[in-house]
Amino acid sequence: MAQHGMDPTAPLTGEPTKKTRRKLAKEMRTQLIGFGFMIFLTTMAFISIASDEIPSGFAIPFILLLACIQVVLQLYIFMHLNERGNGWQNIMIWTAVLIAIPTVASLMLLLGIVKY
Amino acid sequence: MSNTNAQTKSVVWDWLTTVDHKKIGIMYLVAGAFFFALGGFEAILMRIQLMFPEATFLPAQTFNELLTMHGTTMIFLAAMPILFGLMNYIVPLQIGARDVAFPFLNSLGFWLFLFGGILLNLSWFFGGAPDAGWTAYVPLSSEYSGTGIDYYVLGLQISGAGTLIGGINFLVTIINMRAPGMSMMRMPLFTWSTFVASTLILFAFPALTIGLLLLMLERIFGATYFAVASGGNVVIWQHLFWIFGHPEVYILILPAFGIFSEIIATFSKKRLFGYSAMVFATLLIGFLGFMVWAHHMFTVGMGPIANSIFAVATMAIAVPTGIKIFNWLFTMWGGRIQFTTANLFALGFIPSFVMGGVTGIMLATSAANYQFHDTYFVVAHFHYVIIGGVVLGIFGGAFYWWPRMFGYRLNETLGKIFFWMFLFGFHLTFFVQHFLGLMGMPRRVASYLPGQGLDEMNLISTIGAFLMGVAFIIFVVNIFVSMKNKETSGDPWDGRTLEWTIPSPTPEYNFAQTPLVRDVDALWYEKYEGEGSMKAAEPLGDIHMPNGSILPVIISLGLFIASFGFIYHDDGWTWVAIVGLVITFGSMFVRSIKEDHGYHIPVDEIKKGGK
Repeated sequence: MAQHGMDPTAPLTGEPTKKTRRKLAKEMRTQLIGFGFMIFLTTMAFISIASDEIPSGFAIPFILLLACIQVVLQLYIFMHLNERGNGWQNIMIWTAVLIAIPTVASLMLLLGIVKY
Repeated sequence: MSNTNAQTKSVVWDWLTTVDHKKIGIMYLVAGAFFFALGGFEAILMRIQLMFPEATFLPAQTFNELLTMHGTTMIFLAAMPILFGLMNYIVPLQIGARDVAFPFLNSLGFWLFLFGGILLNLSWFFGGAPDAGWTAYVPLSSEYSGTGIDYYVLGLQISGAGTLIGGINFLVTIINMRAPGMSMMRMPLFTWSTFVASTLILFAFPALTIGLLLLMLERIFGATYFAVASGGNVVIWQHLFWIFGHPEVYILILPAFGIFSEIIATFSKKRLFGYSAMVFATLLIGFLGFMVWAHHMFTVGMGPIANSIFAVATMAIAVPTGIKIFNWLFTMWGGRIQFTTANLFALGFIPSFVMGGVTGIMLATSAANYQFHDTYFVVAHFHYVIIGGVVLGIFGGAFYWWPRMFGYRLNETLGKIFFWMFLFGFHLTFFVQHFLGLMGMPRRVASYLPGQGLDEMNLISTIGAFLMGVAFIIFVVNIFVSMKNKETSGDPWDGRTLEWTIPSPTPEYNFAQTPLVRDVDALWYEKYEGEGSMKAAEPLGDIHMPNGSILPVIISLGLFIASFGFIYHDDGWTWVAIVGLVITFGSMFVRSIKEDHGYHIPVDEIKKGGK
């Protein structure tokens, strides 16, 4: 009986090619910049709460906004949604967001005491 | 390491353990047909009760149970499984695949659905069926109903999990397993509509799951999400139910649209008119389906602006639907139309469904809806779209794909008698119900008073229901009478798509060689531009097949047993729930650690034409 394909668990041997090395270096740079930016966003969120100067009426929506930005960036940088071959994952995630946001938003309005 | 050959199995064991999409499809069809007959029988009992004013054929409580079970059975246990059966059998063939992406999950999805359906129907024998309508509105279902509702909640939860698994499986299959050359915009319309319907399942069923979970916690464990006295809100249930429930009706109708697109193109001998517009309209209907759920709740008191927004959004759906209707008409225009039974169903669908669509627009007019709400007008409307759309689609698809699925053609004469009797009976039953509703007859009532102008039309409606019942019996007779008409050709209708390129009966590996797709209507293209048969995209070789497994049955059985533990939790049956869950998670654990690489069908056997 024919052997179908190679053993996928076999360890890789040899040096990476120049192209791969360049790609890995670029990848590393993106990850580091992304990581630094995440820390910056988290610091901003922390400061807006820790400081007495900033009113909570501004701080809460501001933090929520930062949270949304951070979720999207993490999905694209750390969860590799920005790489090629993830088109379908992008389509399905954004379709879900496109459906969920109007649904949840209008549900919150419709369930309130105020009638529109 | 994989075996060279599959083990030989007895027939029953083979069907219990199969992971073959074709056999699972047939099991979906058989189970769905059984529940369809059951739901139809419940409908006829109700029509007998309503035949004459103040009839005493059924007690009111039984009538409530019948109307609930009729709706629930027809939607969840008949229409969806039958469509799933057709999708399971046909979609992998239409995209040139050897199976679905996850054959084991496919089997699990089927058995979950079946055990959920059986659980739901067992309620008849243990303290009465659910009686709060298929929508099970709280507080009626949470505070004023018996154990029937517990069966409803758990039965739908289990079969809903099966549906969700099936939907995800179709998505992954269609995205990943298309034959070389078949881009998304070359997929047959039935595959496209399966894709969109599966997306709707993926996004809509979680809302039902959450709704049912809340209701279960409320009923069985004393939570107070819907209890107004404890600060709960009853309207949340209605929203959750319809956030699921409205996409659900598109989950039903879109595959039927796909079936008609195949049938009309095949029997008009023309390429589908406006293919890309059809695809776009399907996507648009799918998307808009999520934005209109509150039109089921116009009278709940959401306020005029909310009502208007949902009214306008609802009317917007008429636009893509109209695009589809015109595209079907233009497909037929100038075509060589063959009036086979399958095509008769497609032709009967167009006017019937348009009538249901028009009453839909009337119902969407939120001001007028205060008059129509909860009357027979609504009953007439949704039966026009569901029978005139989905059921005609299912029967049309059955006649069209029967030779593919079962290796013989259904008798055309009996088929045409069935079609006309069914269509006539359907319009006779439901057309008059529009007027019953406009005259003020509320839906879900077990009786009515004489001399209010409702007598004659109720009698007419019941006669129509009998006609539909007789027509269905003729269809069942047809199945058995036609068995001798063996179909040796794999392409009996001069078809256009890939499922007609394989020999009859379908070999278990579907395609000896994966076909190369060069156009929409791949087979038609090869017939007229190529050499008449598909070009192969790969050399002939061993074919890798998955092994069967009994685990899906055991996993589903465990949940089935656990459900009784939850329902009778107050009577000290908690241990049953634990036993059931141990069975389920135990068999999932076995599945996870047991290595199973499948087996190979050797080339020699494929050259002989398979088994």
